[in-house]
Amino acid sequence: MKEYVMGNGAIALGALKAGVNIACGYPGTPSSEIIETIAKYPHEGLHLEWSVNEKAALEVAAAAAYSGARALVTMKQVGLNVASDPLMSLAYVGVEGGLVVVSADDPGPISSQTEQDTRRFADFARIPVFDPSSPEEAYEMIQDAFEYSEKYKTPVIFRPTTRVDHGYASIETFKEYTPKRFEGFKKDSSRFVIFPRLSYKNHGIIEDRNIHIGEDFSDYRFNTAEGGPSKNAVMASGVSYMYAKEFLKDHPEIKLIKIATAYPFPESFMIRQLEGVEEILCLEELSPYIEEQLLKLAGKHHLPLKVYGKLTCHVPAMGENSSDLIAKILRCYLDIEEQSELTKKDIPNLPVRPPVLCAGCPHRASFYAVKKAMQGEKTYYCGDIGCYTLGNAMPLDMVDTCLCMGAGVTMAQGFSHVDGDGKAFAFIGDSTFFASGITGVVNAVINEADITVCILDNSTTAMTGHQPHPGTGINMMGHDVGKISIKNILEGIGLKEVVTIDPFELDKAIDTVKECANIKGVKAIIFKSPCIAIEKSSKKCLINDSCVNCKKCIRETGCPALILTDGHVTIDQSLCSGCGLCAQVCPMKAIGGSDNE
Amino acid sequence: MNKDILICGVGGQGTVLASRIIAASAMSENNTVHSAETIGMAQRGGPVTSHVRIGDDAYSPMIPSAKADLIIGFEPAEVVRNIGYLSSNGLAVVNTSAVKPVTESLAETGYDGSEMIKYLEKNVNCIFVDGEEECKKLGSAKFLNILLLGIAAGSGRLEISKDTITSEIEKRVPAKFKEKNLEAFLCGFEIGKAKEN
Repeated sequence: MKEYVMGNGAIALGALKAGVNIACGYPGTPSSEIIETIAKYPHEGLHLEWSVNEKAALEVAAAAAYSGARALVTMKQVGLNVASDPLMSLAYVGVEGGLVVVSADDPGPISSQTEQDTRRFADFARIPVFDPSSPEEAYEMIQDAFEYSEKYKTPVIFRPTTRVDHGYASIETFKEYTPKRFEGFKKDSSRFVIFPRLSYKNHGIIEDRNIHIGEDFSDYRFNTAEGGPSKNAVMASGVSYMYAKEFLKDHPEIKLIKIATAYPFPESFMIRQLEGVEEILCLEELSPYIEEQLLKLAGKHHLPLKVYGKLTCHVPAMGENSSDLIAKILRCYLDIEEQSELTKKDIPNLPVRPPVLCAGCPHRASFYAVKKAMQGEKTYYCGDIGCYTLGNAMPLDMVDTCLCMGAGVTMAQGFSHVDGDGKAFAFIGDSTFFASGITGVVNAVINEADITVCILDNSTTAMTGHQPHPGTGINMMGHDVGKISIKNILEGIGLKEVVTIDPFELDKAIDTVKECANIKGVKAIIFKSPCIAIEKSSKKCLINDSCVNCKKCIRETGCPALILTDGHVTIDQSLCSGCGLCAQVCPMKAIGGSDNE
Repeated sequence: MNKDILICGVGGQGTVLASRIIAASAMSENNTVHSAETIGMAQRGGPVTSHVRIGDDAYSPMIPSAKADLIIGFEPAEVVRNIGYLSSNGLAVVNTSAVKPVTESLAETGYDGSEMIKYLEKNVNCIFVDGEEECKKLGSAKFLNILLLGIAAGSGRLEISKDTITSEIEKRVPAKFKEKNLEAFLCGFEIGKAKEN
């Protein structure tokens, strides 16, 4: 049966075909659709979960793999930082059943904090990494990853990038999910309890083993070479290989080498391919990883080889590759004249369309309430990771810092210690709070911080596509397990004050913020209102004759539904959700609500 | 058959459904298809593109510069933004109704699409259509995507049979809007056929 699926769907289907017994992950672009695809296909007998964070996901999976089960863990690249503690140790201990960590990289970056390269993490942890170049290959390769994991009893990393995750292709899929049969955990404390002596012993074994894996990978089906023989060759990985392949279609005399297993580097394969090659261009995204591996190999074997790539500035150090960029680099490398393209001169100035908080987004009201309450005060606004990072845009301008998941709370604490006069606020979403906010609040309380924690509770994980979290009460097995109360958690930690308010009751919200900010110690305001994308509203706001076009509503809220039509303020009814924030901001009481269908 | 089609517009206009229908139609006529869509922080109001690549010569899901045979443009500035993709003998189907940036009321640009249309008229082989006007006749702006798909099909540049596309539309739109969507497709088809011949 052929199916047209996204790369992430292909990874999910490949894992199901491999009989994966447990799949855990934490949402993050571009990896989120893997767990979601598994949920949509028959998977009777598989345990599926959105874990509270990536560290939890990997630890749950590790125990399953100790028991001989096949385990899949999914995350984005910065999620691997969170899971790095269990990963580094697990690399020493090893596994019984196959364990594959999918860590999706985001060149660009398009929707991430960093341009880090997961292949370096694999090298750092001394475990194998697979790097697919297309959805079709990803489907096959994820199955191989489970095989290699079991063959060498080690966790392995599977590293797709955005264009592989989000590219579509038709895949010949399997008929029925059959979970792998496994024996269960066999107690062996000399194997599963990590102690310095065990780590010392296994370190040596792992380094020897990796030489063998490099040899094994030298015959791996997706490390390939085509074209040539030629004196100047091209080595590529990931989607860059596809861009190069497409360009080199008209130049079959040039040898194109694909590296699908960056670590351990397939040295023998590469030595074979370098026969007669004098110059080689390395095409890859993020760091010059395979380029450096090749330089090491050339040094080790005293090869008279010129290596071009990121390290020689022939390929940009940062950003995403594209078919055009790769074509330009290849034309320069192969001395091919540029074809005349459509002239793109005199293109008129294009309108910029920046991302903004949606019309009716409760975060806008929450930020606005804090902004009004703290007018004239010295403040620190510590943001976090989620849609609400967009609170930094004008006119709200309510995010002073954003570092990583959960950092808002602890950074607000830091500001409170170095400046007793300022009012420090942390803004953190509900899903982020569960992922990594709770420990920060505990830290703030025990260390006598003076901060106000604003929980922006919209009852979902909005930015990555509305995944459930502990506060929503439904898990990925489809079970109603009851909502975990953020308020009870905060009260349990022992905060001075925990207030829950509706951000759209503006005056009350402003008063609450003022009161809380004046209490010494750690206190929290839960701004509770659902994301407009999950609870559709039929309400609309309408402007009446009292409007004097002062534009205060536009200037203060920046809501995209408020527009100027021939100099008059109007409300785009297709965008408006009737939240009523503008009505409360209007000094003329010129905006009213209606319950239009 | 080898064909590269770029669909562009702003988030919320229904570009994704149009690209899925084209991909599914091409597949059901036994072609290899690859595609890619804008996903992530781009949300309602942001620029969005879908690349649909039909045929065995396409390896990556992204169309190289100046290789697109057809652009289906939901918004004039978005067509100009992506004009570098269009091949020298390619065709652009362009909805002339401009979508102002959502930040327009905060930072006025005066953008109304007219400059973009002038540029396209001068430099590119286009079929222009007033999408707003045509959709008014159909009863809702929701049919814009299927209308534009119809024009693309009618122009003959898609090289996928009318029946194949019609049956894919039937499979993919909600039952209660099926008739209206088919009407939108046929309306577009006639426009495309008339303008290209």
